[in-house]
Amino acid sequence: MPDIKPPAHGQDSPVSFPAWRGEGAKALFPLVAVAALVLIAWAGAGLPRLEPLFGIILPYGALLAFLFGMSWRVLSWTRSPVPFNITTTCGQQYSLPWIRSSRIENPHTRWGAAGRVVLEMLLFRSLLRNVRHEWVEGDREGAAPKLVFKSSPGLWLGALVFHYSLLLVLLHHARFFLDPVSGWVTGLEKLDAFFQLGSAAFYVSGVTLILALLYLLVRRWWLPWLRYLSLPADYFPLYLLLGVALTGGMMHYSTRANVPAAKDFCLGLARLRPAGLSGLGPLFYVHLTLACLLLAYVPFSKLAHMVSLPLSPTRNLPGAGRMTRHVNPWNAPVKTHPYAEYENEYRDKMRAAGIPLEKEIP
Amino acid sequence: MSEDAKPARPAKVPFAPSSRDWLEPTVKFAAGRWSYSAKPKSLRTLEFPNPRDWSPDQPDWKLPDNWKEIILQGLRERMDRFRSLRLFMDCCVRCGACADKCHYFIGTGDPKNMPVLRAELLRSVYRGEMTLAGRLLGRWAGGRRLTPEVLKEWFYYFYQCTECRRCSVFCPFGIDQAEITMLGRELLNLLGLNINWVMEPAAKCFTTGNHLGITPHGLKDNLEFFVDSIEEITGVRVNPSINRKGADVLFVAPSGDLLAEPGIFTLMGYLLVLHQSGLNYTWSSYASEGGNFGMFASHELMKGLNAKIYAEARRLGVKWILGGECGHMWRVAHQYMETMNGPADFLQEPISPITGTHFQNARTTRMVHIAEFTADLIQQGKLKLAPERNDRYRVTFHDSCNPARSMGLLEEPRYILRSTCRHFHEMPAETIREKTFCCGCGAGLGGEECMDLRMRGGIPRAEAVRSVREKYGVNLLSSICAIDRAVLPTLMDHWVPGVGVAGLHELVGNALVLDGEKERTINLRGEPLHEGET
Repeated sequence: MPDIKPPAHGQDSPVSFPAWRGEGAKALFPLVAVAALVLIAWAGAGLPRLEPLFGIILPYGALLAFLFGMSWRVLSWTRSPVPFNITTTCGQQYSLPWIRSSRIENPHTRWGAAGRVVLEMLLFRSLLRNVRHEWVEGDREGAAPKLVFKSSPGLWLGALVFHYSLLLVLLHHARFFLDPVSGWVTGLEKLDAFFQLGSAAFYVSGVTLILALLYLLVRRWWLPWLRYLSLPADYFPLYLLLGVALTGGMMHYSTRANVPAAKDFCLGLARLRPAGLSGLGPLFYVHLTLACLLLAYVPFSKLAHMVSLPLSPTRNLPGAGRMTRHVNPWNAPVKTHPYAEYENEYRDKMRAAGIPLEKEIP
Repeated sequence: MSEDAKPARPAKVPFAPSSRDWLEPTVKFAAGRWSYSAKPKSLRTLEFPNPRDWSPDQPDWKLPDNWKEIILQGLRERMDRFRSLRLFMDCCVRCGACADKCHYFIGTGDPKNMPVLRAELLRSVYRGEMTLAGRLLGRWAGGRRLTPEVLKEWFYYFYQCTECRRCSVFCPFGIDQAEITMLGRELLNLLGLNINWVMEPAAKCFTTGNHLGITPHGLKDNLEFFVDSIEEITGVRVNPSINRKGADVLFVAPSGDLLAEPGIFTLMGYLLVLHQSGLNYTWSSYASEGGNFGMFASHELMKGLNAKIYAEARRLGVKWILGGECGHMWRVAHQYMETMNGPADFLQEPISPITGTHFQNARTTRMVHIAEFTADLIQQGKLKLAPERNDRYRVTFHDSCNPARSMGLLEEPRYILRSTCRHFHEMPAETIREKTFCCGCGAGLGGEECMDLRMRGGIPRAEAVRSVREKYGVNLLSSICAIDRAVLPTLMDHWVPGVGVAGLHELVGNALVLDGEKERTINLRGEPLHEGET
């Protein structure tokens, strides 16, 4: 039996100091990229000749990229079939009538599976389940450490707050695209704004959005194993979103922001009669540019996860695999060892052992 | 191991990242962490590519010249055939929820054993070779080229995954590392990169009908041995048949139960329950394996080995199929069998002839788990039980990965345990049911040569057993998987000595009161029924 000791640091040969894991560069490079985008947009605000680029080409281009990109993405995923029912079952199966089955975690009907997906999308139930492992000291002097599991809802909470805050903030933007403003928009605003800050309504969602983004960013950097595996593509959208949220917040609470001009611009976009960006400052340029790039970036990045859950075959199928037929469209014949060949190989032995035969060939 | 032997205790396992960017392949094969390569003979039997003598720790893997083309073409084909693969290549957000859900990561601290990074090993090649951003930006887009070192890294880490699916329970998108490992191994198999502990049993299963290579007359001898043992213990002679036409039910068990302790006691339990219930059933020598090591090599091999079960059921003219206690066997039966080799229209919807219960949940595949069958018998009052015969045991239950996470067979075995044992205690909630931890040896990783990996991967399970041993004095770990029965005794001896391992039906066999039995003094293991007796 091997002697189990903690593994030596690193599985590879030692490299020259300083060891380069690229973690800092992977986190910093996307920040530089976003900063450059901010500068470009800021500078663009001072060049009237570029107004069509920022005011027309960018928003419509981003929207088209998003729509076509997402369609392409979904098509590319759905073009591949689901050959097998590979549900991950997270609860009791539907079996004997006196055993209560878990209708959501191990659904046996299409409706149950749909409910599972919807609840997962609305509540992130898989993340809520999260536990982390921890080695704690033994309870006695000299006792070995123990492996324990602790509930770890931080990521669930952070993710939930982020996504719902983002949703609310996006819905608030309906005010800019609707004239007259519908009742549900003002209703939602009242719900979100507990108190006033100066002249502007103070939206809780805006603050929680930024806090949640900071949490996700700090978490990614703080946990050594998460930092180790993170890619630039994991930091980039966080910086981009922070940039959008911060510039949006700054405009919202600034007394100098030209709200009527912003509304004219948005209404123009919505009515396909672009009104131009006159009267709107660099902050608006930055906000608009980052938001448009974010939109265009979604289909070509991990942000496409917004549509992947309902397509995920471990979640969207009923768990009762033996109950309904699942057809594999490419199911092809494979090499087998038929019984007749088997009996030919073992006939004498089988006869001697008194095992029934198909063909009694002496 | 003797009672006073000092058990090994795991030290805290720290996170041990490489000193370099993870995109740089690490190709050092640590001692005890990898399995021996498959022998060419097995590959020839199965008509798998590139049979040759080679070893993972040697520099030359004797690959075909166009190996890169084969892999990339294979990857493209599989992305076209499996939505799972295509989706899982794109939609991971690297949130890290799966990271410490893997028993191998907990036990080794090796970051590439985090499910997310194990998947990234493949994803990075997909990005670097097959997407525009990855080709242009390289590592800045998380992409890398397929090199021989990357291939070696795949081999090392795809054979450090037991396809237990624990990570997929915690993933917000249901990304399933088992699926990525299965397809990753399928790619490696295109180049003849496989391990002997998978391919030799698979080849034996192909020719003899079971992983262990038990011949038809060997099967007969083994069953007779168990029949004699049962008669000695109970005074009742059971009468199993082999390849008998006219039976109502075909019974298929994992072949491991035919050969080694403690599986053989589980098999004696099957014989007792099936005898006492009066079910008209038969064994088959041709379909003498429920398990399916093909699953650990390719979907095609899985299908080819699994085909025997339906073929035999059709040939013998049975009404439905009953299956024994095995883990991945039940993943195949529950999620693949009917799709691969069905429709099973030559069978009937399974109805227990004893209780009249219609097993609705198996109405298409027409294969029933013996825990479902026995739980029904007990609940309907068809079995007389004397649970005090298991009083020497304080029992806990290890949910086997596949019945838990690919089926949801959670309550049936517990109902049976509570009916047949008077001392049953659950392990901590984070380590059972859908959150159960793997034994550390599934998916073909049970070889002696990867013992370090096995013992490390088993730490979470062993620690959970230790906690109930300290709390309740648990001395028996029960489970419903043949791999568990083969490997958990080693794990227990190493980390938690004094805890035995048993299949569910061994405990049923002990408690079951047979018609016409003599007074029982010993259990199926030949131990006195109560501790302290001689």
